[in-house]
Amino acid sequence: MGKRIGMEVAVAVAEAVGLCNIDMAAVYPITPQSHIAEHLSDLVADGHIDCEFVTVESEHSAMSAVIGASGAGARSYTATSSQGLMLMHELLPIASAMRLPIVMGIANRAVSGPLNILNDHSDIMPQRDAGWIALFVENAQEAVDLSIAAFKIAEHKDVMLPVSVNIDGFQLTHMVEPFEMPTQEEVNEFLPPFVPHATLHPSKPVTMGAFAMSDYFTEIMKAKDEAVKASKKVIQQVFDEWGEKFGRPYKLVETYKADDADVMMLTMGSMGETAQMAIDELRAKGVKAGLVKLRLWRPFPFEELKAVIGNAKKLIVTDRACSFGGPGGPVFSEIKSALYAEARRPLIYNYIIGLGGRDVQVKEFVGMFENVLADTANKAADTYEFWGVRE
Amino acid sequence: MTLKTWRELPIGCVVSEPGSASEYHTGSWRSQRPIWNDTKCIKCGICYVFCPEGCVQQTEEGFFKANMDYCKGCGICAHECWPRAIKMVEEG
Amino acid sequence: MIEVRWHGRGGQGAVTSVELLAVSAIAAGKYAQGFPSFGPERRGAPVAAFTRIDDKKINVRSGIYEPDVVLVLDSSLIGLVPVTDGLKPDGKLIVNTPKTPEEIRRELNFQGTVATVDGTGIARKEMGVPIANTTMIGALLKVIGVMELDAMKDAIDRRFGRIAQKNLNAMKRAYDEIKILN
Repeated sequence: MGKRIGMEVAVAVAEAVGLCNIDMAAVYPITPQSHIAEHLSDLVADGHIDCEFVTVESEHSAMSAVIGASGAGARSYTATSSQGLMLMHELLPIASAMRLPIVMGIANRAVSGPLNILNDHSDIMPQRDAGWIALFVENAQEAVDLSIAAFKIAEHKDVMLPVSVNIDGFQLTHMVEPFEMPTQEEVNEFLPPFVPHATLHPSKPVTMGAFAMSDYFTEIMKAKDEAVKASKKVIQQVFDEWGEKFGRPYKLVETYKADDADVMMLTMGSMGETAQMAIDELRAKGVKAGLVKLRLWRPFPFEELKAVIGNAKKLIVTDRACSFGGPGGPVFSEIKSALYAEARRPLIYNYIIGLGGRDVQVKEFVGMFENVLADTANKAADTYEFWGVRE
Repeated sequence: MTLKTWRELPIGCVVSEPGSASEYHTGSWRSQRPIWNDTKCIKCGICYVFCPEGCVQQTEEGFFKANMDYCKGCGICAHECWPRAIKMVEEG
Repeated sequence: MIEVRWHGRGGQGAVTSVELLAVSAIAAGKYAQGFPSFGPERRGAPVAAFTRIDDKKINVRSGIYEPDVVLVLDSSLIGLVPVTDGLKPDGKLIVNTPKTPEEIRRELNFQGTVATVDGTGIARKEMGVPIANTTMIGALLKVIGVMELDAMKDAIDRRFGRIAQKNLNAMKRAYDEIKILN
């Protein structure tokens, strides 16, 4: 049985990854991910884990190094944030195309400019179509649990895809809070050894990342799409196994008081728990409010989302990034397209919130609900708004 | 050749047969071919070293010739050969 | 739930104290959060750090705007930073200063509880350095009383090793010597 402790979340993530018997890590430090990089390198340097820590000169090199290592059959980890993720961008589709089960922690942070360093989701959103599985967590426990479970998902023989674990920068990474740390024995039991689908080894040479022209490219993209879609089933399976072993079950789409809700809000990441307090306040006032927390961003859990939206009349989608000149926030447009074909679907409202570390308090979440409920003529439905922007 | 469907592709499109590129005969690209004059050849092997295709081979007598399945006719061997023992001639 | 805002300068250890306090409170079976004011950290610049302690799970993750307690690690910040901003009228203000609580109350015109202790003087005597961050944890625990001083021992031992005892001694003295004006 793991021990309940208090620890900074970034350090806890490094500790959790340290329990996963990783063979290789290449982590280039960047705020607010730095404490993951520092602590993981400490674990290696102090001999706590038997792992090759490759010091690289950039995030591009970090991702290149983990691609090479994973191709050679090493369980490989990296972590980054914001500009670092942008620099990795061109390599991300290569990792997924080569079906390399890399795990990456992302301490989500606003992308420049202007230079900001604080939390939002503008770094992960441009990576949407990279072919990576993307998980979101909302507290220390989830960050620890899913950083470990991510390896089992990624390396499952029916998945073999890279996984990003999105951990809100500062709001989570720099928070000291309580959680239960699994023991080494428990992780050993949970996580089987990595069996690669192919390896770069002189004893049986293979080519990875070969050239393909128009005669094959479409088939390869189709195969990748099917692989990412098929991973959804395995992700839930692994969550179920985790729940059974550790008593903390996870779902692709989590809910809070959603069953009979008339008006719902959707969040991703660490703001979910704060929004939960707003739901409690509204319920106390007699408003049938509920919350949907999207844990899995890719593959997108269409059926699971539809199932929890139920009969809600209004749905507030919160976004932590903007698609400039587009249809609002990226999550908003995703949810709209997910519900487009439904005969009965809620009116959807979009608030772009918490950009570049802008705090969102309980009373503000309540305010969003109040605004939407006051819109009796449904004028604001299907539009988006920068919450709290000074006009 | 029947092209594979997406279902038939190996995971990650790994090419699992080593040296499979040798099935591709780049000799079809050639419009000129190298001809060695063994009376001028001093067996230095510079043609062997410089051939970008790696298709120049040494014979039992120590002279050189190109494997025409792969020789693209680039002429680098002729350019590098300082005793001028290699001449490029038009195909056909 | 008790919410505490710490004021210090970059390098004075406010963030370390916040971490040690949260880790210790959690080890004592409580729920706690400890976090810095998010952003770049610069030595000498005024910084803030935050603590939440409760007996039940803490869900709120937004900032602390109306703290129950404000702790000022460096009294030179008074006048430079509005330390009582948002502090609840019946809240508690703890200042590291040789001055009396009456003097601080007059200076800041704060009518809630005011407590003072010469943390820097204690730290200098007990540890030989003018760094009062751990010392002031003693002062804080006396004022808020959510847990015993002994609950800090493990975290302090782990962090400071052979100089841990000096930190604990300084903490104990601040706990004993703090003057509280209700």
